[in-house]
Amino acid sequence: MLTNETVKQRLVEKFGEQLKDWQEPYGMLTFAAPKEMNLKVLQFLFDDEELYFKFLADLQAVHYPERIGEELAVVYHIHNLRDNLRIRFKVYTDIKTPDVFSATALFAGANWMERETYDFFGVNFVGHPNLIRVLNVDEMDYFPMRKEFPLEDQTRIDKDDEMFGRGGTMMGFGTGMGTHHDSIAEDNKVDKSKEI
Amino acid sequence: MSEHILLPEGSIEKQTTTLNMGPTHPATHGVFQNILELDGERILEATSTVGYIHRAFEKLAERRPLYQITPLTDRLNYCSSPINNMGWHITCERLLGVTIPKRVDYLRIIIMELARISDHLICNSIVGVDSGAYSGFLYLMQYRELIYEIYEEVCGSRLTTNIGRIGGFERNFTNTAFEKLEKFLKEYPAVLKEFEKLFVRNRIFMERTIGCGPINAERALSYGFTGPNLRAAGVDYDVRVHTPYSSYEDFEFTVPVGTTGDCYDRFLVREDEMWQSLSIIEQAYKKVQEFKGTEAEVFHADAPAYYLPEKKDVYTKMEALIYHFKIVMGETDIPVGEVYSAVEGANGELGYYLISDGGRTPYRLHFRRPCFIYYQAYPELVKNGMLSDAVITMSSLNLIAGELDA
Repeated sequence: MLTNETVKQRLVEKFGEQLKDWQEPYGMLTFAAPKEMNLKVLQFLFDDEELYFKFLADLQAVHYPERIGEELAVVYHIHNLRDNLRIRFKVYTDIKTPDVFSATALFAGANWMERETYDFFGVNFVGHPNLIRVLNVDEMDYFPMRKEFPLEDQTRIDKDDEMFGRGGTMMGFGTGMGTHHDSIAEDNKVDKSKEI
Repeated sequence: MSEHILLPEGSIEKQTTTLNMGPTHPATHGVFQNILELDGERILEATSTVGYIHRAFEKLAERRPLYQITPLTDRLNYCSSPINNMGWHITCERLLGVTIPKRVDYLRIIIMELARISDHLICNSIVGVDSGAYSGFLYLMQYRELIYEIYEEVCGSRLTTNIGRIGGFERNFTNTAFEKLEKFLKEYPAVLKEFEKLFVRNRIFMERTIGCGPINAERALSYGFTGPNLRAAGVDYDVRVHTPYSSYEDFEFTVPVGTTGDCYDRFLVREDEMWQSLSIIEQAYKKVQEFKGTEAEVFHADAPAYYLPEKKDVYTKMEALIYHFKIVMGETDIPVGEVYSAVEGANGELGYYLISDGGRTPYRLHFRRPCFIYYQAYPELVKNGMLSDAVITMSSLNLIAGELDA
């Protein structure tokens, strides 16, 4: 029966120290790789007869604004249905060049999952056959699940985040740091100084 | 679109028709749009568009404490919202490390299996409607009403149930709830048999569904299919068996598996699953009765830090008042961690990926919605079929707009 230890051992044998952040939160083996290697790792997990991770259960992204240079994490939940083992695989990418190779050639189901991840986080899946928005409107020019877009009106000053969440550490929303202007994509911002 | 379509070699050039099926057409079962390129009634190409009722659940969840997220999960697959609720609570309990008493597990199983029956009942009777047989739909519908009455007895609502809490249920099952459950267990098998007599060997129904919208096991796995749609293709994968939760390991049941993955197989797998669910409910009900009069006859876990105390205690006991205040104001401790937890939804694997940074609300919450996964395969399933097959393929996949768009 395949175990977390075996999977880790096989992966370390193959990729050495390039894989990092080994953890087992709530029993699920979790690790990260450089983003250039995502397809190599997925392909190895898929092809290897012992590992047999042929089922992509889920794919999504997480935004960590404080991790400079690796703000976006793309998370794959992969499942070996034969031995019934799940693992979690992450790649981190810079938010300025959020290019990650597409897994659509390996898993047909990655198509819409990647479109959804692009739609909400702006991860550019290189090699995706049809990387367009899936749930939001085509005209949107920003990625709403990123942390710089808090839910409520950022101009409000009558509610303090300290009373309702993370101690006012989030940008905007009662912290006095953000304005509504910050929620517009960088490219579309109007330079106020040039306005007459 | 027509200029992209390659006609079979040697055929004379024909004019094709572009047809918008949906987004608001009765045959689309919700707000889906399908742009079909037709040669007569044959589908040459299909494109699916979604997002018409997208409600930003994942973003909303980032501003809500754990217990306030339950109503969002109700509105995913609203035909079986109790399963979504339980899945969410099980995820929270894993994160928080709350242990659930056996009786609560069994009560949850009763509710979840009732929800599965109610979901399959809708799906299969709609497959009947889409193949021109309306009467089966009417026969079964009154039993969905009975299931909803049971929910109503337990939690006060019917469709979007918000049933259960972190740790168990808000209140115990009443005697009336058990009476209604007994009535359902007694009467439903006969109706289900009658329904099967109408469809299973019906020549017209078989002609309409056999070979319609098929998918093989390899392709279904590649797409990420789960639940009845995957099992109909011949893959024996069920979260209840592979990764048991809520004490499913205490029950005996089989997992129905099909062979061809067409509409007929999907219909049969759901029929068989309803029988299995009935058996599971009967077993669970027996187990629940064994707790009668014992100390273990509880309806929630002993987890005061996360389970809202009863109102009468809040008014009379200091401890209860403190816990009530802390829970409502979001002062309870949530551990830092990330957890992926899945349940066997009526439609397939419903997964919750929850990341907590120790704050009051999730740092990130992602729903793995099986409908979203199925629907991307829809153009492939209907390609080269007839227009009427596109309708029945959609209903047999059990596509629910709420779950698709989240």
